[in-house]
Amino acid sequence: MWRDHLTEIIVFAVLFLLVSGMGFVAARWRAPKDINHLDEWGLGGRSFGGWITWFLVGGDLYTAYTFVAVPALLFGAGAAGFFAVPYTIIIYPLVFLVLVRLWSVSHRHGFVTPADFVRKRFDSPTLALIIAITGIVATMPYIALQLVGIEAVLKTMGVTGESTIARHLPIIIAFAILAAYTYQSGLRAPALIAFVKDTLIYIVILVAIIYLPYKLGGWGSIFDAADAKFDASPSTNDGITLNANNQLQYITLALGSALALFLYPHSLTGVLASRSRDVIKRNMSALPAYSLLLGLIALLGYAAIAAGVTPLPGSTEGTVDNNTVVPLLFEQQFPSWFAGVAFAAIGIGALVPAAIMSIAAANLFTRNIYKEYLRKDASPAQEANVSKITSLVVKVGAVACIVFLDPQFSIDLQLIGGVIILQTLPAVALGLYTRWFHRGALIAGWAAGMGLGMWMLYQIPNPATKRLHFGGSAFPLEKFGFDGSTKTIYVGLVAVAVNLLVAVIVTLILRAAKVTEGADGTERDDYFADEGDPRLVPGPRQETELVAEPTEPAPKV
Amino acid sequence: MSEPDTPQAAPVPAVSRAKDHSPWNWLLFIPIVVPLVTLLFNYDSPRLFGFPVFYWLQLAFILLGVSTTTLVYQMTKKRR
Repeated sequence: MWRDHLTEIIVFAVLFLLVSGMGFVAARWRAPKDINHLDEWGLGGRSFGGWITWFLVGGDLYTAYTFVAVPALLFGAGAAGFFAVPYTIIIYPLVFLVLVRLWSVSHRHGFVTPADFVRKRFDSPTLALIIAITGIVATMPYIALQLVGIEAVLKTMGVTGESTIARHLPIIIAFAILAAYTYQSGLRAPALIAFVKDTLIYIVILVAIIYLPYKLGGWGSIFDAADAKFDASPSTNDGITLNANNQLQYITLALGSALALFLYPHSLTGVLASRSRDVIKRNMSALPAYSLLLGLIALLGYAAIAAGVTPLPGSTEGTVDNNTVVPLLFEQQFPSWFAGVAFAAIGIGALVPAAIMSIAAANLFTRNIYKEYLRKDASPAQEANVSKITSLVVKVGAVACIVFLDPQFSIDLQLIGGVIILQTLPAVALGLYTRWFHRGALIAGWAAGMGLGMWMLYQIPNPATKRLHFGGSAFPLEKFGFDGSTKTIYVGLVAVAVNLLVAVIVTLILRAAKVTEGADGTERDDYFADEGDPRLVPGPRQETELVAEPTEPAPKV
Repeated sequence: MSEPDTPQAAPVPAVSRAKDHSPWNWLLFIPIVVPLVTLLFNYDSPRLFGFPVFYWLQLAFILLGVSTTTLVYQMTKKRR
């Protein structure tokens, strides 16, 4: 009953409305000359310095869903859920050099999306369209997952009703507010709100990791309690350390997820919004501070075991919703007002990435579908307008996913999302280094990786939710013909390996057949351009100057 | 209008040119590979502050990652 949680609800609502107000004010923050330009609305004027980028990219990658789902994984399965820590460690050195190249080439050519880059590099609107659609499809369920995070909190506070609409009304309201200020302020809104979100999360976690062990008898007994639970459970795949079966899965999942994370269009949005190469490189060494936070939050899953938390029932009969364990832990162990702060931290933590993701998806649609196929001569102001409207549509879609589908379905879709976004790796990430691949071969590789990935995911059942297909990302090696093997491997990594192999073979074939390759619209120097580059493609500010001083007509030859 | 995209100007002075190639970059492989060798630390003991080695060592790898990327950044930074 929600009346029992009145203090929590009031604290939650006050903080939530406070940041919403900030979201609207953000349009005037670091005031742009002209917000009606995609560079301004969708990339914050490409002007963010070290701190803002840190909060923005951090707020983007470590989402509310992470903070709810990773501890839930540890709560349910133990050590296997801790993959999130190595995953967020290896990602930064992995992309340290790659992303600055993408930043440089985008800065010089005015690219807003990864598909923009692919379009120019490989001279192929078709390949760019595939990359754009892959990005949009992978991002949508990710946004829906942020809602799952808020919903776990609302459920714990008892804000829930009988009918479908009543149950989801708070989320619909929260998202309507989010949609309104994203529409108005663009990327500036999540950038400003990220400060509040992270401050709240840091306070909450520091208190939790000091106070909870004190109350539950120290970390030693928390781990012992978890160990005892997993020893008693019938499953052979849980435990506080890995076992022979899931070790390969742990490694490949950490690596594959790290590769996937920065291919997501929304992570690139945060990176492209930064001011210089230097800002990005400094951030790659400072962002792991969040990983420490994530590791400690993950361990709250064990604290919940030691505290005897029982998760709330799931949406279908006979299942439990493990995503509620962290909110429940806070509610049972802390005074109401502090639980309210923790819930607000998770709720606001959902808004920042949801805003950035919807902006990224909207930019993909505008640049690579609308401008490419529907209206080639769109002006910058029209582009910004289409993006604003698309970002609304994307959010309505995400809300519809939660209201009309089983939330478990969004979780499964997100799993698929990680596998499919990985299939853009050869064109986007390797494309930054080499143009050896043929554009046709990249399309063939994408299709092969996608087909194999989907087939593998289809084969995986989930005993916990009683589903026969799309039940997880751990593929049993046995099905590849390794008879008797009980080991599993991450689907995404296998699929992208096959993707690459096909891309190499088809490139050799197409080249032997002398199929035209198109022209590379970028040059070597583009990949090293930095802030203050003299050869920038005119942006909004330069454009006004050009109008003031019309260039002389070119002399006739 | 045959080649609208081809720049006509002479090579631009490389004032903003960044350098990407450096032997220091190879160090970045350390924090990429080490956290993935789970065979080395997939154990409960020795515990530190009650944390099994599997957990405290992976948290320590975060520091390894930070220090390596910071070192590489400092050593390859553009001199002004």
